[in-house]
Amino acid sequence: MVEQTELGIASLREAALVAIEKAADLMGLDQVRVRYLGKTGDLTVLLKQLGTLPAAERPAAGQEINQAKVAVQSAIDARRTVLEQVSLASRLAAERIDITLPGRGQQPGGLHPVTRALRRIERLFANAGFAVVEGPEVEDAYHNFEALNIPAHHPARAMHDTFYFDADRLLRTHTSPVQIRVMEQQAPPLKIIAPGRVYRCDSDLTHTPMFHQVEGLLVDEEVSFADLKGVLYDFLRNFFERDLELRFRPSYFPFTEPSAEVDIQCVMCGGDGCRVCKQTGWLEVLGCGMVYPEVFKHVGIDPERHLGYAFGMGVERLAMLRYGIDDIRLNFDNDLRYLRQFA
Amino acid sequence: MRFSEAWLREWVNPPVDTQQLADQLSMAGLEVDAVEPAAPAFSGVSIGLVQRIAPHPDAAKLRICTVDLGQDEPLQIICGAANVAEGMKVPVATVGACLPGDFKIKKAKLRGVESFGMICSATELGLAETSDGILPLAADAPIGEDFRAWMALDDHCIEVDLTPDRGDCLGIAGLAREVAVINRVPLRPPAVQPVAPTCDDRVTVRLLAPDACPRYVCRVIRQIDPTATTPVWMQERLRRAGLRAISPVVDVTNYVMLELGQPMHGFDLAKLRGGIDVRLAQAGERLALLNGEEAGLRGDTLVIADANQAVAMAGIMGGAATGVGPETRDILLESAFFAPLAISGKARGYGFHTDSSHRFERGVDPQLQVRAIERATRLLLDIVGGEVGPVVDVADATHLPHREPLHLRESRVARILGLALPATTITDVLERLGMTVEPLADGWRVTPPSARFDLVHEVDLIADIGRIHGYDNIPVSHASSASVTQSTPEAAFDLDRARLALVDRGFHEVITYSFVSPEIQSLVEPEADTLRLANPISAELSTMRTSLWTGLLQTARYNQTRQLERVRIFESGLRFRIGADGLRQEPGLAGLVIGTAAPEQWGEQSGKVDFYDLKADVEALLALTGAPAQFRFVAGAHPALHPGQTARIERAGKPVGLMGMLHPSLAAKLDLTGDAFLFELDLAPLADGILPRYAPISRFPGIRRDLAIVIDAQIAYERVADCVRAAATELLREVILFDVYTGKNIDSGRKSLALGLILQSSSQTLTEDLIEVEVGRILNRLASELDARLRD
Repeated sequence: MVEQTELGIASLREAALVAIEKAADLMGLDQVRVRYLGKTGDLTVLLKQLGTLPAAERPAAGQEINQAKVAVQSAIDARRTVLEQVSLASRLAAERIDITLPGRGQQPGGLHPVTRALRRIERLFANAGFAVVEGPEVEDAYHNFEALNIPAHHPARAMHDTFYFDADRLLRTHTSPVQIRVMEQQAPPLKIIAPGRVYRCDSDLTHTPMFHQVEGLLVDEEVSFADLKGVLYDFLRNFFERDLELRFRPSYFPFTEPSAEVDIQCVMCGGDGCRVCKQTGWLEVLGCGMVYPEVFKHVGIDPERHLGYAFGMGVERLAMLRYGIDDIRLNFDNDLRYLRQFA
Repeated sequence: MRFSEAWLREWVNPPVDTQQLADQLSMAGLEVDAVEPAAPAFSGVSIGLVQRIAPHPDAAKLRICTVDLGQDEPLQIICGAANVAEGMKVPVATVGACLPGDFKIKKAKLRGVESFGMICSATELGLAETSDGILPLAADAPIGEDFRAWMALDDHCIEVDLTPDRGDCLGIAGLAREVAVINRVPLRPPAVQPVAPTCDDRVTVRLLAPDACPRYVCRVIRQIDPTATTPVWMQERLRRAGLRAISPVVDVTNYVMLELGQPMHGFDLAKLRGGIDVRLAQAGERLALLNGEEAGLRGDTLVIADANQAVAMAGIMGGAATGVGPETRDILLESAFFAPLAISGKARGYGFHTDSSHRFERGVDPQLQVRAIERATRLLLDIVGGEVGPVVDVADATHLPHREPLHLRESRVARILGLALPATTITDVLERLGMTVEPLADGWRVTPPSARFDLVHEVDLIADIGRIHGYDNIPVSHASSASVTQSTPEAAFDLDRARLALVDRGFHEVITYSFVSPEIQSLVEPEADTLRLANPISAELSTMRTSLWTGLLQTARYNQTRQLERVRIFESGLRFRIGADGLRQEPGLAGLVIGTAAPEQWGEQSGKVDFYDLKADVEALLALTGAPAQFRFVAGAHPALHPGQTARIERAGKPVGLMGMLHPSLAAKLDLTGDAFLFELDLAPLADGILPRYAPISRFPGIRRDLAIVIDAQIAYERVADCVRAAATELLREVILFDVYTGKNIDSGRKSLALGLILQSSSQTLTEDLIEVEVGRILNRLASELDARLRD
């Protein structure tokens, strides 16, 4: 306890400390500071009055006033810290929100499932070094048929259910004519895939008059059926992300020889047999083969020097198996409730 | 081709079960589509002899039959069929039998008379869809024997879906050879002995189109028994192959076709005048066909003609007038070789597809005709009897196809298959397939059998070797072949990226048909020339779209009728436009929005989508070129769009696309609810992008000056922005439009624009003086060029 002087320093100090403690907010606290420590504050004034004291008392009184100022300042600082925390806490409390309310703004749309599957196919083959090329959908009979070794009146042509515009122009029935167009324009080695729309004059529960295919073509000096098997094993297992069994069944395409249809172990039942695979455990997913020498001759590639393989697959078929779609026609109804499922 | 497994096994019987056999066929390239039981399950059916028939005392239609089943006592069975007769052999379901459909036979009383079983019809046994009365059996059917066993009904019908190259397998003979080769077991074809002529009747044959028909074999058979019926065993084999029994002559020709692959035809000899000419149809010639239709023959159609007229469409269908009927006593059997090219496409041209044309199109063995006619003669004689004339075999050797020997190189086999097979394996496979193999220095000289029309190239032999060796036995190689460096320009417009941009901005991708109805096409682009399909599926899908909007509008309507009012969709694909230079197939990207700008959500009320909402989406796409400043939106016109809200998008003065609001009258015609906004971009002019190019970042602070100017309301904002930029120096970095205002305090006919100018120097801190000079320059230009004033 500091000794009481005539100046009443001690009582002033006590009053200040009480006022500081009572200050309810930062503004009130600042008023206290001004009252005691401001330019005309009580303690400031006392210090100015020091000269009126006898010289002998001045050092002790001066020290006492300064001590009081330090004590008051430190009490103000402490109180400010407390009041700031209270203020922040109340702001934070006031700003509490329901974080379970949904976010605002545009909701993302989605790619069509066929595009989704196509992108995956394109990427897998791009990883293997295949370039994506495109061709016209209105084709001429030469590129769609003749150059692919399907002459007029060939029974295979009757199986194509072709949409015609006139004697020569038609809607391409497969993406294979892109093979021809690429080989006409570029010299081997070639390594391409050609995705796109194709058309067949057929519409029922399991057929739509338009669908998508991806054609693949590789031409080089040493290419074998074993290489073809390898690329398709890699592709199909990666596409379905499963170590599927594959079955290469001999088949016939006029533009390849040897030719095969490729079955995969049914992805629905794992090969045990179900409705989707018609109880066979196998699903036919693509056709392939070694490029027929006559096709090379049509495009001026020497079949003695170069060999090639080609394959073609139906994108809807792959998309349907991948995403469990059971009706191909849904793809072209474009019902948003369907499309949203692939976003 | 559908066939009975038991029939095949008569030719070749490998030690494999039905499923293994089917798998073998599939894996040899003869894809099995179905394996079905030849008859549904039933039991307790025996062969009986109807000994006596007595009328039922109480029912006019029922009769009391006494049936001998080889037991001590005959059974009494009530039968309602009209065709039941004494002496008839019939299938009898005895008490305890179980018929298809789990139908159990019990002792019964029919109108007071006991019946100890049921005499069965073919339908009741699951052998036919319909039948007329009970099934009469051959006279030599053994009484008391199990009907199912005697009929060999524990058989399967195997359906193979043959590829068009394998015409040689359109008969049991060809299939059997394949099975024999696969299993390395012997082939046991039934012996075909020539039938010695018993009379000298014959017809003369002239090959007047020898390239189309280089061989015509025929034979006269006289005095056949018109009452004879086809034996059940043959009917059964036909049935199991999917054919209906008709009459002995037709059935035998069908049987031989199924067995050997040779289509045949029987004429009623009495209806033919003179000899046979095989020729092309004459102009205006008509022919009434067996199927009841009458065809006007085209000049490229090969016909069989007598002295007067065409009597058959060669290899396709016989004529009605000369067909074999119930009265026929004398016949002419035909077994010909018609060249595939003479037949292919012809039947289709008349709208027919017959078992015969199917085979001739694919190629029938040119060496088979005599063998087939001998086989048919034997079978016919056994059924209908008669006097047989000599075989007439008229051939033009120069036009008969013959298989060229092929040079097969051993190295080529390994190179193509990726598998080096021992030479002995190669020759073994080829020889078992019926080829003649002669060694050469580097391989072999291989002559395929006459039936194999598909073997015309060395690689066809290699495919057969691979096929018989088994594709599964060819290794899987992961050798990376053909490393082709591919590169697309970095700045090229990436459609995939654009699609994702739209998806992220709330659009769903759709895929619609490239052909649309002419109605929607002409609503959207009434003046466009269109490409139309000659053979559309329907008028709705007949016209190639010239704009992607057709499909988008139809999709919007489809969804709106399903309570999905807010639609944001896009599609990419070709448009088919006819210009002065012909058809152009132009890739495009188009979108449609309708409904609210944002999905319904709490907080802010979302307004209806408008032009500027969609414009932001379009600008985001254009920005993907890296050169957004190259594009301009110019007021434009399009028949499908609102005349006051249509923008033509240009790049360096060249059109890139369109956007705008769907014309309200079109929206009404399409029953769309709400204002729809559309855009369509041509991808070609977007293709080239600009690479980013670094510019140094100024170290000096930028400042912003806001101006509110008042100008004539008709002046487009772009003119203002252009004017500002033209007046400014390099200090102007950016112009921000932050308000457009008309109304109170602004004279009518004028509008206020609030512009924020961002100024920055790359060499100094801007002084107030410099800023004043720059802004003053801009304001002066705005005033002089656009009569713009600063807003008070």
